[in-house]
Amino acid sequence: MTDTLSEHADPELHSGEPLIEMKDVGKTYGAIRALKGINLTVRAGEVTCVLGDNGAGKSTLIKIMAGLHPHNEGTMKVDGKEVSFSSPRESLDHGIATVYQDLAVVSLMEVWRNFFLGSELTSGRGPFATLRIADMKRIADEELRKMGVVVKDINQPIGTLSGGQRQCVAIARAVYFGARVLILDEPTAALGVKQSGVVLKYTAAARDAGLGVVFITHNPHHAYLVGNHFVILKLGQAVLDKKRADVGLDELTRQMAGGDELTELSHELQK
Amino acid sequence: MSQTTKTPPSAPAEASNRVTLGWSNRLLARPEVGALVAAIVIFVFFLIVAPAFRSPASFFTVLYQSSTIGIVAVAVGMLMIGGEFDLSAGVIVTTAGLVNAMFCYQLGINLIVGAVLSLVFCLAIGFLNGYLVVRTGIPSFLITLGTFFVLQGANLGVTKLVTGSVSTPNINQMDGYKILDAIFASSFKIGSVTVEITVLWWFLFVALSAFILQRTKIGNWIYAVGGNADSARAVGVPVKAVKIGLFMSVSFLGWFVGMHTLYKFDTLQAGNGIGNEFLYIIAAVVGGTLLTGGYGNAIGVAIGAFIFGMTSLCIVYAGWDPNWFRAFLGVMLLLAVMVNLYVKKLSTARKVG
Repeated sequence: MTDTLSEHADPELHSGEPLIEMKDVGKTYGAIRALKGINLTVRAGEVTCVLGDNGAGKSTLIKIMAGLHPHNEGTMKVDGKEVSFSSPRESLDHGIATVYQDLAVVSLMEVWRNFFLGSELTSGRGPFATLRIADMKRIADEELRKMGVVVKDINQPIGTLSGGQRQCVAIARAVYFGARVLILDEPTAALGVKQSGVVLKYTAAARDAGLGVVFITHNPHHAYLVGNHFVILKLGQAVLDKKRADVGLDELTRQMAGGDELTELSHELQK
Repeated sequence: MSQTTKTPPSAPAEASNRVTLGWSNRLLARPEVGALVAAIVIFVFFLIVAPAFRSPASFFTVLYQSSTIGIVAVAVGMLMIGGEFDLSAGVIVTTAGLVNAMFCYQLGINLIVGAVLSLVFCLAIGFLNGYLVVRTGIPSFLITLGTFFVLQGANLGVTKLVTGSVSTPNINQMDGYKILDAIFASSFKIGSVTVEITVLWWFLFVALSAFILQRTKIGNWIYAVGGNADSARAVGVPVKAVKIGLFMSVSFLGWFVGMHTLYKFDTLQAGNGIGNEFLYIIAAVVGGTLLTGGYGNAIGVAIGAFIFGMTSLCIVYAGWDPNWFRAFLGVMLLLAVMVNLYVKKLSTARKVG
């Protein structure tokens, strides 16, 4: 499984090297503040976990990195250069690939078409160059097999795969096309225990291949299995920002469950 | 469901949980199959009840009738696969002819210049439709309903203003008529059968559309944009450009049929074309295109248009009251939508766990 990852991973990646650096990043939608003062560094070969409840600002944070919405406060550097993405294409061109929990794939399209969507192989140039369909089917099948995803038929609509398999296809696709930073948006949210395990294994494999991984989740148990660095967001601000060595699963779970608010609530209820 | 599990003895380890679907399922997963079955049934039915249909000449008349709807339906089908609608596709055909005829007649200019001008004008309308849809996010149904009414009114208003009546003057004596007539509205004989050139154009456009949809990355993008625009955008597909391009191809083929109508009849009624937009949509839907986008193909749309052409003429061949035609079309549409829904369920349901 890791072979194919390291095969396609950028050899220039050095573990620990910062790939994305965010400083005081904030985002407002009109009068609504979605994010404020976020400092976050995504390093090669590390999994940075971003945890938070619904509405904590996780999606906004991803959207800034993925190029769906530009930030409007603070600075974001990619490979040391300041950037502000205005389209997903720009973000992809910087090697940042995002795998969304629900909009990862086009369910009515075949597996291989999904795998190559947006980066199709063609012979010749121009808009009417023919697709190298046989090559694309073969490569998609090979890459998925290498990662342990055996689909019954590479021509079947991707909507017929299980949620976990779909996530894996999306991750495999991102890695195959040379992603240096992989953003995973709630990859395990809709999955069962076994499927989650598969996705977590890929996450670890991507990390070991030297990619910088941003793992967005509201499940501290999943985060703690793969994470090197943990950030908890609450109402658009970071309330916890610690390395693995400085934080235990108990603290993560407690913070995620509500932290001090929960303690207060439990006192109130005991009266 | 009749799947057969196949385990090739040569490579059992890798392919052990592979499933080869039975041919019936693989066939049913194709969008045009429902339409093809319907077309054959209707064809045989009319062979039995309409003796006048049993000649090669009538068959080619049916093909001609199908092509006049089928050409625009090719683009409308692609647009619908891309997840959008165009209600102005019916009247833009008339607009195209009117612009060409009146501009050239009033100013005494070569018709070829007018045809090019008309093309530019139609493409601009297509661009405007697409631009407004992607820019405002208003459903294309509403945007193009607006364009539809504007064009419908302008067709009549401008024609009345310029010519004083609701039809254009005859243009068959003007410069450039011969060559344009040869391109858009000529016909030739094969034996005893008259073949209209639009039939050949129709086949060409269907082939081109099938090629683009299945064999080029633009086709891949069209399916993706209609199937899930957000996913498509997230992997770098230029969603807005694809949609605008689709609207422009509808107006291009609308212009093409407009040219045909003008050079076939040499004069145009300004009120023509209204209602045809629904025929295009019906052809696409009967051909297996999903109303919600992301599914369908060019062959299916062509079969849909053929069913339209066949029934509209064969009702006459059979000696029935042609007023029943629209009722029949409505029934076809309802059946097609139900078949499509079933096919979609079949192709997205998890097969053999």
